[in-house]
Amino acid sequence: MKNTVEIRWHGRGGQGAKSAALMLADAAFMTGKYVQGFPEYGPERMGAPITAYNRISDTQIRVHSNIYDPDYVVVVDETLLESVDVTKGLNPEGAIVINTTKSVDEVKPFLKGYTGGVYTIDARRISEEALGKYFPNSPMLAAIVAISKVMTKEEFFREMESSYRHKFAKKPEVIDGNLKALHMAYEEVE
Amino acid sequence: MAIRERLSGNEAISYAIKQVNPDVMPAFPITPSTEIPQYVANYIANGEMDTEFIPVESEHSSMSATIGAEAAGARSLTATSSCGLALMWEELYVAASNRLPLALCLVNRALSGPININCDHSDSMGARDTGFIQIYAENNQEVYDNFVQAYRIAEHKDVMLPIMICQDGFITSHAVENIELLEDDKVKNFVGEYNPENYLLNANQPMAMGPYAVSNYYMETKMAQNTAMNNAKQVILDVGKEFGEMSGREYGFFEEYRLEDADYAMVMIGSAAGATKDAIDKLREQGMKVGLLKLRVFRPFPDEEIAMALKNCKVVAIMDRSECFRGKGGPLGAEVKAAIYDYAKDVKAFNLVYGLGGRDFTVEEAERIFNDLAAYDKDGATFEEYRYVGLRG
Repeated sequence: MKNTVEIRWHGRGGQGAKSAALMLADAAFMTGKYVQGFPEYGPERMGAPITAYNRISDTQIRVHSNIYDPDYVVVVDETLLESVDVTKGLNPEGAIVINTTKSVDEVKPFLKGYTGGVYTIDARRISEEALGKYFPNSPMLAAIVAISKVMTKEEFFREMESSYRHKFAKKPEVIDGNLKALHMAYEEVE
Repeated sequence: MAIRERLSGNEAISYAIKQVNPDVMPAFPITPSTEIPQYVANYIANGEMDTEFIPVESEHSSMSATIGAEAAGARSLTATSSCGLALMWEELYVAASNRLPLALCLVNRALSGPININCDHSDSMGARDTGFIQIYAENNQEVYDNFVQAYRIAEHKDVMLPIMICQDGFITSHAVENIELLEDDKVKNFVGEYNPENYLLNANQPMAMGPYAVSNYYMETKMAQNTAMNNAKQVILDVGKEFGEMSGREYGFFEEYRLEDADYAMVMIGSAAGATKDAIDKLREQGMKVGLLKLRVFRPFPDEEIAMALKNCKVVAIMDRSECFRGKGGPLGAEVKAAIYDYAKDVKAFNLVYGLGGRDFTVEEAERIFNDLAAYDKDGATFEEYRYVGLRG
């Protein structure tokens, strides 16, 4: 495995792709890594396509440009497949994971012949079952960790539980639901 | 023992503000402001610091109120970005000419138009002649470290000038990265208490602040400001050294990265230096002697020191992240070229503009520039005196 793992997130404003990238950076930081988590800002509005990025490394990260040749891509909203070139620059040794009800064969025509790993996951079903609401970012976060193996399963769940307990200190009722969504998503793509 | 953390640039400088715990922070808490007043307001609301926070109705007012507080004798600061700085314009001169050592946390972003929220240095470069000390950062660590040093520089009795602590909008301000924080007591001991010599709330020594100066006095005031700015050079070096002894991270006017034996060098400010360093390491492996001068202090301008650091280079690319519509170069280009003219005439320098309105600067771009400098030097390839890089194909 190369020293720095680069991940690109595609989502729509309001779906939490930026937050997911920051949560991933946080969790990886807690496992001792050097991390970057940053959004690419356009006009900020609900529903507009947004991009967020992660670099995760064993050594200090100096570069601050966007990521053009990611190892992994996460598509939080499948309607972006028609308008955004989601596999652009994607490492053929890497993978893409898409939030959709469709099968891998059904999404492949949108991926411009990408030869690396292709995963689909129904984050809506998982989120609604676990949380009773549609927040796709937690399932997608678990999916990309399971696929990229930027940390072990044990490390990921330990850090996420601690992060949720801190983040939702005033809303403890949503902690279990979020953790359940993570577990369901992780196990589906594992 | 340093504290290992991960913070965005905005979080990092807010944490430094909390540790310094200044007396007064007026700020306009709405766009185009930054997250900095929001984080500081949170710290205050949580009882973690006791700075007086004054939400005001505009940036003109935030700088005015900061000036008022500082004049009263309180250690003061504000934060802004982009057109927020533009709205402060006349007050910036008032702060500097009244010799008020207040701090301004600036997140560098483009000015309209077209409307754009992303990083470039147009805002602070436009304010380069206001009389503020300007210190820039490559990443969140440097922003944090620079703020911890800010009041020690600004409040020094030989200086007494306002200071602008700059970081790149979004690239630094919104990117979460690893950082090493200092313990509260270390920061507090380093910064110390502010004991102004002259201040409005001193009942024993009534004084006027900001009066009219007729032509008989105005010019001497400007000369005194310039003397103070020159004095700031030694203070910046002394404070940077002392900070290094405390933290292990020493600071000067600029960082030289593999510059000592470089034939080709870039001069730049801010976050793009990281990509350039990666490019330098790659090209050095191929045998090219390339290096970087990353400027930290733009005001006062360390002209002789820059020229001496570049004097053995054959060709230099001076990288501007703002346009000043001179026609043939940006502000950094003009000043570095003037320094070379005075102290290192044999160095050939080109001026390039990059990264306006958040245009990305990549490792590949930096490699191309170094290769073009080498082609000009070795093969006589043409290189325009002033070039925009990273334009759409």
